[in-house]
Amino acid sequence: MANISTNEFKSGLKFMLDGDPCSIIENELVKPGKGQAFNRVKFRNLKTGRVNERTFKSGDSVESADVMEVELEYSYTDGEFWYFMDPVTFEQHAADLNAIEDCKKWLKEQYIYTVTQWNGTPLLVTAPNFVNLTVADTDPGLKGDTSGGGGKPATLETDAVVRVPLFITIGELLRIDTRSGEYVERAKNK
Amino acid sequence: MVENWQPLANIVTLKQRAQYLADIRCFFAKREVLEVETPILSPAAPTAPYLNSFTTDYIPIGSQSKQTHYLQTSPEFAMKRLLAAGSGSIYQIARVFRNGEQGKLHSPEFTMLEWYRPELTLNQLMDEVNVLIQQVFNFKSISRLSYRGLFEFYLKFNVFDCADDQIKYCAQQRIKGLSDDLQLDRDGWLELLMSHVIEPRLAAMNMPVFVYDFPASQAQLAQIKQDQQGNDVADRFELYIEGVEIANGYNELLDANELRQRFESDNQQRRDQQKPEMPIDNHLLAAMESGLPACSGVALGWDRLIMLALNKPDIKSVQSFSFELA
Repeated sequence: MANISTNEFKSGLKFMLDGDPCSIIENELVKPGKGQAFNRVKFRNLKTGRVNERTFKSGDSVESADVMEVELEYSYTDGEFWYFMDPVTFEQHAADLNAIEDCKKWLKEQYIYTVTQWNGTPLLVTAPNFVNLTVADTDPGLKGDTSGGGGKPATLETDAVVRVPLFITIGELLRIDTRSGEYVERAKNK
Repeated sequence: MVENWQPLANIVTLKQRAQYLADIRCFFAKREVLEVETPILSPAAPTAPYLNSFTTDYIPIGSQSKQTHYLQTSPEFAMKRLLAAGSGSIYQIARVFRNGEQGKLHSPEFTMLEWYRPELTLNQLMDEVNVLIQQVFNFKSISRLSYRGLFEFYLKFNVFDCADDQIKYCAQQRIKGLSDDLQLDRDGWLELLMSHVIEPRLAAMNMPVFVYDFPASQAQLAQIKQDQQGNDVADRFELYIEGVEIANGYNELLDANELRQRFESDNQQRRDQQKPEMPIDNHLLAAMESGLPACSGVALGWDRLIMLALNKPDIKSVQSFSFELA
């Protein structure tokens, strides 16, 4: 695996630290006038998701991490793993709970997700910005109310709960913004 | 087409920067300190092991021969030659160059305000710096803390008699995210503790601070004296504002032989670290042999000071065109 010198550090760079793949959030040069130079680095451990700090002597190097992002289609779960398929090669990839935790409530079969992989293992699954999901349960809608004022909770097919306008009924397909977790509009059937 | 042709600093900032320049010239004019200009290029360069000079080639017209020249990292050497020639108090606002240094607080090219006062002691020069940053920049008065006192108070060890291993241990306890196999010399560990532990405390103090009486091993071009406890200390200070290193002042070393030895020991360190040796400035040594008047001098990072005075997040924001936009 290639080595990366501190002088190539920049945000977004992926590298290995203590056996875990990490991504640089911030890199700062620390150097007294005539003194030695250090790089103070804030990074995210891509396995645990935790943010940490590390100080390197400038000129030291780290191992690069074989981390890439791929677009995969969600297939199914057996309760322990969540399986994603490469739509071109049909290859299956199993993601654990850690990797899908953040987007678990937006996982729907046959949708395409961005999967961050390290050495072929999914580390993190990110939902598309918008998904269309069917309402599994909500209080009966009020006829004639189209204003959307007030709203009510609705449970979607993935168990996500979102606030929806009062006129929404069970079985409708809704467009949801996964970044904010908010209802956008009624979706036209896919 | 290149899109980012515009400066990062806005025009209002550049006008404020110009006003500070006018004010500082006025400040020194009133004190009868002479403004000087000295060469940026020289065939000699500072030897400090962690200072990297830019190099360029001088090629006489019609010639194939290249003569290596270095861009100054500060105007110190030439200004000292003027002092030895009897200039009296002098100041300079100079462009200086430090290869490889780039970050929020670093730029490979920046402006330095440097001045020398033959008639002032180091303490009196500190007083003058204090007046300058209050009058011209409206900062609060500067308090004074010794290097030894800071380490004793915040890190509970005496920098003069603590063993190297103990300093290393302290750094590894106090600074999170140091690799176990990090190898540094004594001053390296002290600098690391300074930047990672003490500077944040200085930032929290809400007033500018002079740190003075550095360990003799960090003397650079300052004289070495004994402090009240009888420790050898470098007779120099650093000014910190909001935890940022702003200025570095010396009771200037006058002994040419001592200076030659420091240059040579720097070059030895460079050889040990597989770095190129720097050609020693023989003009400076000759000037000092003929006699440099007793004097105090200070170099101040102009861009950093303006950044803090104008509440900007980085020095780029006060430069017309930063290094990456040049």
